[in-house]
Amino acid sequence: MSHELWTAQLDAYLDGELDSAEMAKLDSHLRECPACAAEGLRRLQWKKNVQSAAAQRYGADPKLRERLQKNISPEKPVRRWWPAYAVTMAVLLLLAGIAVLREGSRQERNSRIISELVDLHVSTLASSTPVDVVSTDRHTVKPWFAGRIPFTFDLPELQGSPFELVGGRVSYLEQSPGAELIFRVRKHQISVFIFQERAIPKGLPNVGPVDARSFHLEAWTHNDLRYFVIGDAAREDIQALSNLLKGQM
Amino acid sequence: MSFEQLAMPLFERLYNFAHWLTQNRDEAEDLVQETYAKALKGFSSFQPGTNFKAWMFRILRNTFLNSRTGLRAATVPLDPAEGDPALPAEVQTPETILIDRTSREIMQAAIEELPIAYREVLLLCEVEEMSYQEIAATVAIPIGTVMSRLSRARRLLRQAVERKLQLRSAS
Repeated sequence: MSHELWTAQLDAYLDGELDSAEMAKLDSHLRECPACAAEGLRRLQWKKNVQSAAAQRYGADPKLRERLQKNISPEKPVRRWWPAYAVTMAVLLLLAGIAVLREGSRQERNSRIISELVDLHVSTLASSTPVDVVSTDRHTVKPWFAGRIPFTFDLPELQGSPFELVGGRVSYLEQSPGAELIFRVRKHQISVFIFQERAIPKGLPNVGPVDARSFHLEAWTHNDLRYFVIGDAAREDIQALSNLLKGQM
Repeated sequence: MSFEQLAMPLFERLYNFAHWLTQNRDEAEDLVQETYAKALKGFSSFQPGTNFKAWMFRILRNTFLNSRTGLRAATVPLDPAEGDPALPAEVQTPETILIDRTSREIMQAAIEELPIAYREVLLLCEVEEMSYQEIAATVAIPIGTVMSRLSRARRLLRQAVERKLQLRSAS
């Protein structure tokens, strides 16, 4: 094959357009023919020069790209009022649900606490030793608790009232120690529980007077102490004893 | 893949090609915009698995040929040697010159002077690195014509560069 025929194939060879058999033949020839090899190198260099001069010769305005991008991007779904409304409603319903659950949980907790206090009161009444310190003297009862519970409290002067102090005992609510004072009014016994506020589950409101299993209850907080007055006496008696206790505060 | 995912990576290449064809920034921008609009409109007719790049370049080229500049450019008569078998290059220009800034400008000017029919196949081959078959599909000519135009484009380009280099040496 003449030089002309070989070199006629050089462009196709460099463009990668020869089949493998033709490629192998030309490869072989280029290794044996310095003239064709030199011509091949010059054309390869030329291709690179053209590519270098022409590629990325003209840079597009970025604004053109932005315009195109905007034009060809799939249309975003039109925002309608109802999805936002639905989301808002869903959030509100969720919040309401949470509030209901929290309220339900809070009520359940309150109910449990009250029930526990009633149980404590009943167990005290049923006990053969309802009180650990038997005294009608508040100045005896109060010091007895010193060292037994982590706080102190004041007791009211009962003289002139229908109430009589029976005594006291250490009681526990939610594993926290507190004072249980037993008062008598006529033939009814009333328990007054005093616990530290921090020992009581948060959110437990002041209640009362409320009825629980035929018992009357009143509760309040003072000086980080939580007071519960509970008994089967008349509601007015519960209220009156509560007022006495509050009055000396 | 969506049209956007397929077409946007070709943006810079299409713009470069458009500017090489039109030799004018505004016309190139219009050409690219029109190309994308047409391609998007006809995307449903594009057959997945076929050459999307060639499809886009074909739309751009056809759009260009239908433009005023394209119609004018297409009236330039081709070298009568078209159709001849590929000719060996009669290279007298130093292809091995370092393509410094001046040489690059000479090369660019020479490419700009090429008739559009040669310029496009040269750019599609050397810049876009399309195969002869892809170029044939893009330009809608037989592969044999691609080869002959490419060969002619290279020869004309070498001659133009040589001429410009001689002028530079003389000055």
